[in-house]
Amino acid sequence: MNNTNTSNEWLFEITPKNKFFSLNLKEVWQYRDLLFLFVKRDVITVYKQTVLGPLWYLIQPLFTSVTFTIIFNNVAGINTGTVPPFLFNLAGITVWNYFTACLNGTSDTFKSNAGIFGKVYFPRIITPLSVVVSNLIKFGIQFLIFIAFYIFYYFNGAALHLNFLVLFFPLLIVIMGILGLGLGMLISAMVTKYRDFSYLVSFGISLLMYLSAVMYPMELIKEKLPKYGWIVAYNPLAYIIETTRYMLLGVGEVSVLGLLYTLTVTIAVLLIGILVFNRTEKSFIDTV
Amino acid sequence: MEKDIILKAENISKQYRLGQVGTGTLSHDLNRWWHQIRGKENPYLKIGDVNDRSTKGTSDYVWALQDINFEVERGEVLGIIGKNGAGKSTLLKILSKVTAPTTGSIKSRGRIASLLEVGTGFNGEMTGRENVFLNGAILGMTKKEITSKLDEIIAFSGCERYIDTPVKRYSSGMTVRLAFAVAAFLEPEILVIDEVLAVGDAEFQKKAIGKMQDISRGEGRTVLFVSHNMAAIKQLCTKGIVLEQGMIKYEGNIDEALNVYNSNSDDFVNDIRWDIKDAPGNLNAKITAVKLLTEDKVFFIENQINVEIEYVNYIDNHTINCSISIFDDKDTYVLASPNLERISLGKGKYKSVCVIPKNILNKGKYFFTVILVGNNFEIITQLDKIISVDLDEQGLYRTGYFGYWGGIIRPYLSWENIQISK
Repeated sequence: MNNTNTSNEWLFEITPKNKFFSLNLKEVWQYRDLLFLFVKRDVITVYKQTVLGPLWYLIQPLFTSVTFTIIFNNVAGINTGTVPPFLFNLAGITVWNYFTACLNGTSDTFKSNAGIFGKVYFPRIITPLSVVVSNLIKFGIQFLIFIAFYIFYYFNGAALHLNFLVLFFPLLIVIMGILGLGLGMLISAMVTKYRDFSYLVSFGISLLMYLSAVMYPMELIKEKLPKYGWIVAYNPLAYIIETTRYMLLGVGEVSVLGLLYTLTVTIAVLLIGILVFNRTEKSFIDTV
Repeated sequence: MEKDIILKAENISKQYRLGQVGTGTLSHDLNRWWHQIRGKENPYLKIGDVNDRSTKGTSDYVWALQDINFEVERGEVLGIIGKNGAGKSTLLKILSKVTAPTTGSIKSRGRIASLLEVGTGFNGEMTGRENVFLNGAILGMTKKEITSKLDEIIAFSGCERYIDTPVKRYSSGMTVRLAFAVAAFLEPEILVIDEVLAVGDAEFQKKAIGKMQDISRGEGRTVLFVSHNMAAIKQLCTKGIVLEQGMIKYEGNIDEALNVYNSNSDDFVNDIRWDIKDAPGNLNAKITAVKLLTEDKVFFIENQINVEIEYVNYIDNHTINCSISIFDDKDTYVLASPNLERISLGKGKYKSVCVIPKNILNKGKYFFTVILVGNNFEIITQLDKIISVDLDEQGLYRTGYFGYWGGIIRPYLSWENIQISK
C-alpha cells in the first residue's frame, strides 16, 4: 500500500544537463571525511622515500629567498627600506608559494585524477578542496620558518613593526587559497579537453610572479614604470602580497580599495570556477 | 500488487566522438556553442552510427547506447550481459554517475554505490588500514561507518597480519582481497558491480560470490551486475538485460536472457548448407550440409550436441563413412571420431549423426573438421574447421565456485567418499 505513496518521489535523478549553477554543499558536507582523508594522504605521501622528507618544505623557500636577495636586492638594488631584504623576500615568497601550490595542484584535477573519477562518483570538488587544505598545512610549516627568521632578525635589531592588522592575516591567506582554487578549477576544466592550457599555466605562473609584487614593493613599480604600473595595480595578488608585508613587517601600504577589489575578483573567480568545474565534471571522462 | 520500482532508466542514450581531439573538435565545439546560444538543438545529436566496433562507420560520432529503458524492482538482481563493446560499461558508468547520459534520465529511490573496479584510489605508500579508510570514503562511507566495520573488513580480507604494512608490499591477490572486503561492507540500497569477481584465488572467489548472494538475497538489496561469467550471472541474477550494439535486445527472465545472448554469437558458424552444384565432394558423393544441433539452439557444455552431416551418394555399393575432428581455439587437437560402422550404401541422400554427450567438452571455442571417406578409404572431401561453436556453461555442476575451470575437456567423472577408519 505504501508503494503508491512513494511512487512519485525519486531520491535523485541523473540527467544530461546540469542546472546552470549547482554546488551541492550538503553532499560536499557528507563527504567531509573523504576530504580529510585526501589531505592525510597528500601529507603522508608527498615526501615518502626522500632522505630530507618534510625539510624540503623549508629548503625551497629559503633558497629562493636567498637567490632573490642576491639578484634583486644586491645586484639590481631594489630598496626594501628598513626591513632586511631576505625577510622581505621570504614573506612574499611564502605567501606566493601557497598561491602557486593551490593553482598548480588544482589545475590538473581532472587530468591527474581521471583514474579515480572514471570509476567512482563523489563530489569532484572534494579533490581541489583537499589540495587547497593540504597546501595550507605546507604553508603553515613554511610560515613557521618565516617566524623563526622574524624572531632572529628582531633580536638582531632590525626595525620590524608588527601591525595589529596581523589579526586579519589568516583571512588574507584564505582569500589567497580561494583565488588559487577558483583559478585552478577554471583551468582544470579547460585542460581536460585542450592540454594547451597546462603549458600555459606553468609558464603563466612564473610570469605572474613578476607582476605580483613578490620581490619589490608596489610603490616601486609605480614610481619606476609609471606607464606599466597599472598592470600590477590590477593584479589582485599584488594587493595580497603587499598587505601581507604591511601586516607582518610594517612596510608598504594597505589600500582598502585594492583589498575590496581583490575580494570581489576572488569571489567572481571562485563562482566562475565552480560553474565551469561543475559543467565539466559531468562528462569530462569522455574527453579526458 | 503494485511493483516497487527502485530504479528507472528512461530513454538513455550516450554519444561518443571517435578519433582524436584536435582542431576538428574545436570547430565542432564552437559550432555546438553557437547553436546553443541561439537556443537551437545540438547539431551533432542528429548524426551518429550504431555502435558496432567491427565495421567502419561513416560518421565521427557513435551511439554507445541508444534508447535504453528498463526498470528495476527493489531486491532484484539484474544481470547485464552483452559482447565486448555492446555498451555495458557505458551503462554502468552512467548509472554510477561517472559520466552523464547524452539524452534521457535515470531516476532512483535509493543511494547507488558502484564497484566498477576494486581498490579505486588505493595508495601504495599507505598502510592497509589507512587504505581501508581512504577507499571506504571514496566509495561513500563515512569515517564512523568504516570504524564500526573495520574489524569485520579486516577479518573478511584475511590480511590481519599485514594490515599496518604499506600496500605496495602486498601481493596483487592481497590487494584485491582487501579492496573487495571494503566494498563488501558498503551498504547502499543499490549496488552496481562490474566484473570484480574475475580476480583473486578460488577460495576468495567463493567467498566473494557468497557475500554477493548474502547482499542480494539475505539483505534484500538491489544489485546490478555486469559480467562475462555466465555461470556466476545465472547463479546470482533474477533478471537479465541483453545489450547488443548499444540497444536492449532482451529484457526479462535471466535464463531466457542467457539463451538470447548465446544464440547471437554470429562469429561462429554452426549450420552450413550447399546447393548441390556448389557442394564439396566429387562424382561419387558430395556433402550438402553440416550442422551442429542442440536443445534450444543454445550451446552449453551441460547439453548434448549433435553433429549432423548430410550427403548425397551417387554410386551403388559405396562404403561411405564420415569422420569429425575437433580443435580448440589454440589449435589443440581435442579429439577425432570416425564412424566405425562401415556399411555399404546405395544411391540417395543420407544423414550421419554424431552425438557428443553432455559434459564432455569444456567451456570455450571449438572448430570442427569434417571428412567424408569412400571406398578403399578414399577421401572424398575434407572440410577443415568448417563449423565452429562457442560453448558456454550453465554452471549446473559448480557448487559455489565460479572461477576458472581448466582443461581441454571437462567430463563429469564419478567420485566416491569411503570412510577408511574412525
